[in-house]
Amino acid sequence: MSRELLPSFPLRAARVHEACGPAATTFAVITAARTPGNILWIYEGWLPATLHPPALVAFFDPARLLLARAGSQADSLAVAEEALKDGAVGLVVIEVANALDLREGRRLQLAARAGGGTGLCLIPEGMGSNAAETRWRVAPVPGEGDSTLMRWEIIKNKLGTTGTWHVRWDEQAHRLHVVSPAGEQPGSAGLPD
Amino acid sequence: MWFPRLASNRVLRACPIDGAFALVARQGNAERLHCLNAQAERAGLHRGMGLADARAFCPDLISRPATPEADARFLATLRRWAIRWCPWVGIEGADGLVLDVTGAAHLWGGEAAMLADMRARAARAGLDLRLGLGATRGAAWARAHCGTPDQPLDSLPVTALRLDGDTCTALERMGLRRIGDLAGAPRAPLARRFGPELLLRLDQALGRQDEPITPAPEPPHYGVRLTLSEPVGLLADAMAATERLLGALCAKLQAQNAGARRLVLTLFRVDRASQQVELRLAAPLRAPERILPLFERGLAEVDAGFGIDQIRLEATLVEPLPAQQTGLGATPQHVDRLTDLITRIGARIGLENVQRFLPADSHIPERSFLIVPAAYSAPESGWRGSPPRPLRLFPPEPITVTGSAPPARFHWRRMELHAARATGPERIAPEWWLADEGWRSGVRDYWRIDTRQGRRLWLFHTPQNPGWYVQGEFA
Repeated sequence: MSRELLPSFPLRAARVHEACGPAATTFAVITAARTPGNILWIYEGWLPATLHPPALVAFFDPARLLLARAGSQADSLAVAEEALKDGAVGLVVIEVANALDLREGRRLQLAARAGGGTGLCLIPEGMGSNAAETRWRVAPVPGEGDSTLMRWEIIKNKLGTTGTWHVRWDEQAHRLHVVSPAGEQPGSAGLPD
Repeated sequence: MWFPRLASNRVLRACPIDGAFALVARQGNAERLHCLNAQAERAGLHRGMGLADARAFCPDLISRPATPEADARFLATLRRWAIRWCPWVGIEGADGLVLDVTGAAHLWGGEAAMLADMRARAARAGLDLRLGLGATRGAAWARAHCGTPDQPLDSLPVTALRLDGDTCTALERMGLRRIGDLAGAPRAPLARRFGPELLLRLDQALGRQDEPITPAPEPPHYGVRLTLSEPVGLLADAMAATERLLGALCAKLQAQNAGARRLVLTLFRVDRASQQVELRLAAPLRAPERILPLFERGLAEVDAGFGIDQIRLEATLVEPLPAQQTGLGATPQHVDRLTDLITRIGARIGLENVQRFLPADSHIPERSFLIVPAAYSAPESGWRGSPPRPLRLFPPEPITVTGSAPPARFHWRRMELHAARATGPERIAPEWWLADEGWRSGVRDYWRIDTRQGRRLWLFHTPQNPGWYVQGEFA
């Protein structure tokens, strides 16, 4: 199982993590699939892209998902803090459009510690907060005959080392497979960033 | 108690008008007078007259449109007002009240004194009132409408019997003008000619047939208040007062098997200003220990000024909440915690902005799901497996590509992308029975494009209106 192979995944509970990159949504959805309990997804109302629930079925039951449409980033952070502190939901996903400062990141971190839920901020590239427990850069990778291959790179880790893995989501078994770069077509392991 | 000019009295109470006044209701195609004041009646107008005719009679007639709903509400208010005289008050028709004063009249010093009090109070309130007193409901109605409060029933005309106009005319033609005449006439021929209605009304008036008064049920009122002997200003004190109010309110809710959905807490300050804290709950609730923490945030924002000396708590929206057995099976405690969380988040961003997805029966990607407020829906697990769908859906973004074959190279969001693999097409036809602006361009052929750069996009081509668009992203 992937648990041993990926040292920092599933994400440490009661902490707030960050994910960026083009496939950050997939990362959040896979995290949600591996987290028990309800999921609160906080997004800002003005963003055009929405989650498409028929696609979520391959990961988890959309009935576990609650959405919160916030008017601004201040609202969405307040909602996230409230939900994390309460601990009634297992995972809080926050779509962040602007950079978080240290104070905001720290508040989320404290709230998560108080409530016991996991937080995950989907941040634009390079806009992370220093308070984050781990930060992941997630990008899809072209794969031969495989349409779910991704490169997960952990670029910040408070309790551990960084690293890069190629992973694949198995829709039938609902689990994550780590693919060895050797099994890939030539060149894919050393893809340019 | 009959209010012959209830509707015009109601309007004139709000804005007194000196002169002829009438309320006009639209019947069919004609505007007809619905209710007039005394001056208008003196000018020769009568109820049911056309407005144009009335203007010809009385050029300076002031008219307003009639609102029967407001009149009905006013009558309901009057019903509550009439409870001052006796506890059994019912509504009689559109403009009357019926009071069962048995055993209550002596409290007012006898029937005559009671009627005088009613007249005085109605006159002070600007209401035209006609009273009738009788041993039966029918007799009281007859005296109120066609006579004086203590006129003998036999001397009243037959129109006082609550009969329709045709029957009254026929009776008068037969020479039966008074109730006394009718009561003395043989019953069998009357029943044969006019049906049972006439005899029923006669018997009701004479007391041979029972006609009870049904007082309208008092709707339960979910409001409690607390007056403090010393003004308070601390949050803890306000919370303690709220806790006490909540206990009383929840007991009321419990008795009615109801749960509050929206609560309003009004705090009256010493300087007569008042502030409100509104709480909208994600589920009907009547447990004080769960509602109280939800008030904390709203109360913390209240400006107490020189202190708060009166607090009022009202459940403005109440839903039925039957008692549930607890303790057996899985206790739905996490459900309660979740609804509390929804309530708290809803207090911040609006309860309708906490949403969930529900499946919808449509092949159109944008309509294959519904976003509904979580507080007013239950989670549903009826998601069917569908062909591969993108995780992210956005409004279609056009790309400059021609031809019907999937593009090998294209620009999207300022990125140059090379297709590595194209899967498709999947043709989706518009739902012609629904007008949708976005689907005017006809059928769509959806392709899944895996690019060499990694991005996996959901493109569609509109063959009837050539063009390529990106609508979603898979990973």
